[in-house]
Amino acid sequence: MTGGEGIPPALWNKATSDFPCTERKDVIPIDVYSRVLPLLLDGFVVTIQLVIFAGFLSFVMSFVGGLARLSRFAPVRWVAGFIIEFFRGTSLLVQLFWLYYALPLLGVTLPTGLVGIVALMLNYGSYGSEIVRSSILAIPKGQTEAAIALNMTPFQRMKSIILPQAFRIMLPSFGNLMIELMKGTALVALITIPDMTYYIKEARNTIGHDTQLFSMLLVAYFIIGIALTMLFRWLERKFSAGRV
Amino acid sequence: MTDTQEKRFTAYDIDGKEPIVKYRKISKSFGDNEVLKEIDFDLYPGERVAIIGPSGSGKTTMARLLMTLETPTAGTIEVDGRHLWHKEVNGKLVPADEKHLHEVRGDIGMVFQHFNLFPHMTIMRNLTEAPVKVLGLPKKEAEERAKEMLEKVGMSEKAKDYPASLSGGQQQRVAIARALVMRPKVMLFDEPTSALDPETVGEVLNVIKDIAKQGDMSMMLITHEMSFAREVADRVCFFDEGKIQEQGPPSEIFTNPETERLREFLKGFNVNGNGESQ
Ligand SMILES: Nc1ncnc2c1ncn2[C@@H]1O[C@H](COP(=O)(O)OP(=O)(O)OP(=O)(O)O)[C@@H](O)[C@H]1O
Ligand SMILES: [Mg+2]
Repeated sequence: MTGGEGIPPALWNKATSDFPCTERKDVIPIDVYSRVLPLLLDGFVVTIQLVIFAGFLSFVMSFVGGLARLSRFAPVRWVAGFIIEFFRGTSLLVQLFWLYYALPLLGVTLPTGLVGIVALMLNYGSYGSEIVRSSILAIPKGQTEAAIALNMTPFQRMKSIILPQAFRIMLPSFGNLMIELMKGTALVALITIPDMTYYIKEARNTIGHDTQLFSMLLVAYFIIGIALTMLFRWLERKFSAGRV
Repeated sequence: MTDTQEKRFTAYDIDGKEPIVKYRKISKSFGDNEVLKEIDFDLYPGERVAIIGPSGSGKTTMARLLMTLETPTAGTIEVDGRHLWHKEVNGKLVPADEKHLHEVRGDIGMVFQHFNLFPHMTIMRNLTEAPVKVLGLPKKEAEERAKEMLEKVGMSEKAKDYPASLSGGQQQRVAIARALVMRPKVMLFDEPTSALDPETVGEVLNVIKDIAKQGDMSMMLITHEMSFAREVADRVCFFDEGKIQEQGPPSEIFTNPETERLREFLKGFNVNGNGESQ
């Protein structure tokens, strides 16, 4: 993961020196695209990385959190409930800055990229925990009872009867959540992680032409969004065995 | 109960046999609602008992207690000489934990009113999942067993299908096979045909009759099908208001009910004489 060192200077210098300009209006729109595109692609890779790593960790946290909230042991439920409600009930932006500034004070120094991923995980993993919990509760009681009648252990009931059915219910919600997470990654630019939004904002300060810049950014996010949507459609089809 | 009762209470030959299931002073309340009141009930190995009674009389609760789906409020249940809901620790009975329940309930199987097949698994997988995971059978052996049972219930052709593509009657036949592959000593049927279309009731009842004829399995049949009860059961238990009001061989229960309650109840079914339900 790229750290917080910001834009690789060489890249930025190249982009600006290829098209020297002193006045903002000197850059005609067509130049904006060709000059910013290489930078945007760098940011694109970082954004994708954020989506993949934070998405995966949110997914894991969703299951841990969702199952913990349904635990037989009350203290486990309380702790999970507190953590989930805390990160669901506060804004990602504030969490991001809080982790960025507070963790070092607590003696934990993480690379900036990791701070962004952890913040995204805690926030979206908390939402995901509720998806997991409610999907498990949506499975009819008769399924558990049939599994008990076959003398399955609580673990076997969860693993082979409840979760596979609940997973199907979760998928569309997880698809939404991942798109939300993808959009949420734009905020990590604020703690100097060089994602797409970061580069576009830098370019805006240097060469202006906001309309063109943000149009490019919109399209870039939309492409990732479409890809995520298609991925989840495919998963939903894959897991629909047995339904008519 | 048996020692004090003079009258023959079952058509089954129980001489020298020990009950496989013993309910002793079993009570069950849901809040203020006392659903079962100090029930004593024995089931003998190989005996088939039909349980009849009006809605809300506690029949389902009776079966669910034995399947460990409901916890008794008071009393004990023994299965094959072992306490189901209690463990003996230093000669004292303490509430059973999940591990103990797991050990004892393996003897019991149950067929539900609404089938409760696993919708995400093929019919074959519905039947092999528990034998492989719970009994630890090799997959091949589990499949052999499953095929044998599917044949018995006339569902061999559907092994690769999913439950949603079957009719209610077919689903219930699969559910019966799924319970049978576990080879329980006691099978519970809770109104296995009351959620079915009238056309498919017969096929399911026939499957249960076949099993009843072949097996040495004990059966507890909760049913509103009086002619079926009469044909299959060795004993009929009439439940009302959380108690066994009357029990006996079907020939006596249906032709010669002793209590007014049972007479009233049977009137609704037009079973006097030949045991035909309307
Ligand atoms: N989980 C529960 N919580 C609260 N009350 C319950 C519960 N299960 C059953 N009861 C109540 O217990 C009583 C007996 O229910 P039960 O299902 O054993 O009756 P039943 O004889 O099987 O009736 P039916 O012929 O309608 O199936 C009913 O009054 C019912 O409302
Ligand atoms: Mg019932």
